[in-house]
Amino acid sequence: MKRMLTAVIFFAALIAAWQVVYQARVWSPVLVPGPASVARYLWNHSFNPGTAAEPNPDQWQLFLAIAVTLKRLLAGYLIGLAVGLPLGLLTARFRVMHDTLGVLALGLQGLPSVCWVPLALLWYGQTEGAMLFVVVMGTLWSVVLATETGVRNVNPIYVRAARTMGSRWLHIWLKVILPASLPFVVSGMKQGWAFAWRSLMAAEIYVTILTGFGLGHLLHYGRELNAMDQVIGIMIVIVLIGLLADRVLFSPWERFLHRRWGTG
Amino acid sequence: MTLEQELAAVPSAKLAVQRVSKTFRTGRGTVHALEDVTLTVNEGEFVCLVGPSGCGKTTLLNIIAGLEAPDAGAVLTDGEPIRGPGRDRMMMLQQTALFPWLDVFDNVMFGLKLKPGLSASERREVADYYLRLVGLERFVHAYIHELSGGMKQRVELARALAPNPRVLLMDEPFAALDALTREQLYGDLQRIWGERRKTIVFVTHNVREAACLGDRVILFSPHPGRIREEFKIPLPRPRDINSVGLAEHATEIMRALKGHLRATEVQE
Repeated sequence: MKRMLTAVIFFAALIAAWQVVYQARVWSPVLVPGPASVARYLWNHSFNPGTAAEPNPDQWQLFLAIAVTLKRLLAGYLIGLAVGLPLGLLTARFRVMHDTLGVLALGLQGLPSVCWVPLALLWYGQTEGAMLFVVVMGTLWSVVLATETGVRNVNPIYVRAARTMGSRWLHIWLKVILPASLPFVVSGMKQGWAFAWRSLMAAEIYVTILTGFGLGHLLHYGRELNAMDQVIGIMIVIVLIGLLADRVLFSPWERFLHRRWGTG
Repeated sequence: MTLEQELAAVPSAKLAVQRVSKTFRTGRGTVHALEDVTLTVNEGEFVCLVGPSGCGKTTLLNIIAGLEAPDAGAVLTDGEPIRGPGRDRMMMLQQTALFPWLDVFDNVMFGLKLKPGLSASERREVADYYLRLVGLERFVHAYIHELSGGMKQRVELARALAPNPRVLLMDEPFAALDALTREQLYGDLQRIWGERRKTIVFVTHNVREAACLGDRVILFSPHPGRIREEFKIPLPRPRDINSVGLAEHATEIMRALKGHLRATEVQE
């Protein structure tokens, strides 16, 4: 409760400071809109129903954009995981794979995912395919590397103990190596999520398509229209989604690991 | 049973180590871990292997466990050569190899689930029995990191015993524990060995510990690892590690150990 209160006070102070800067007119209000106008933008594009005579045409716009973005994100992320985990196991298990695919993964993981956008645009055009490609490329390599690190860090005495108890290779992989490497794999999944999120924003800003406006598009149009309240409003939404994802997707896993491993 | 039958049924050696040699190649040269080691262990016997570090006693244990293969020679259990790890020979190490992602009960269940011919309820019953035997019935659903060092080794013991192996291989299992916990475990191990009639090969560098636990103490010397001497400990059980009679045996073994060490140093 006390920690919650501290957090609330911190963010309230942050918004207050923002209001002070806004009212002092240090910068033009076109460049630094006040908290109130950002809040108004968020309200008008989410829940505000308008009046009976004049319904709000922008109602639910933000939620539609969030839905479009999350759908792309999840699709790309899940493909990245589904391909990355087995590849990571392979690079950990076979030296040939480590020396070839492992090096490739290391190299491509260092490539900022925006760099995939030009290639994706030429290959797929202005389509959902281009989007998906960029997100998968952003996720895949970090998942491969984290899985490999996890497997390589498994204490060999676990495997020896399992072997004396009659465990053989597939059983060892499923029941010993995989759970033992879970702390690394989960942090790799978390990192993969962060990369997927960044890649998707880059893709949505650069790839204009008509099959759905995501948050990145709204951000982009905010800039084109010089609508700073929209730009900042969308940025806040993106940050909130990131926090929420951490709470919903990863915190339960991390709590589970801490309880079992006794870390943290 | 006639006398002839009885004589014919003399239990063959449970473990027969026959002229085993093993060398390791490292970056700095070759290490002769074991050279021409021959040893037999009878059914139900408690044998301790003692020697300074580098004398190959752990290597010998790994070979008996089937985790490593000898370069020369053979190891037989019940007359059959060892071809790999098996449920009839369970191993217990100094460093805990308990799985942190499972609780105490599921750790014990791990080996049981791999043992064919048991129903789920039978497996649970066996696991419960061994956890009671080591005195951990109140910690069945604790996680590993919540246990003390001594409790962890008790879980290890229960996990090793649960698949009902004939042979228990123990590699300095109590070395990392405090003296008080260790003494408790000496008592427990002797009691369990008496109740369950296991054959135990126990590696240690603690001479007193060896004299306390073993029917026989085998003395190894290093570089290359060889068997030097063998001591019978005819003391009654359960033995107290602090008793005077035990101290006499320990002193005798210690003197021999020092003598061999000096001899190897002179050679080198």
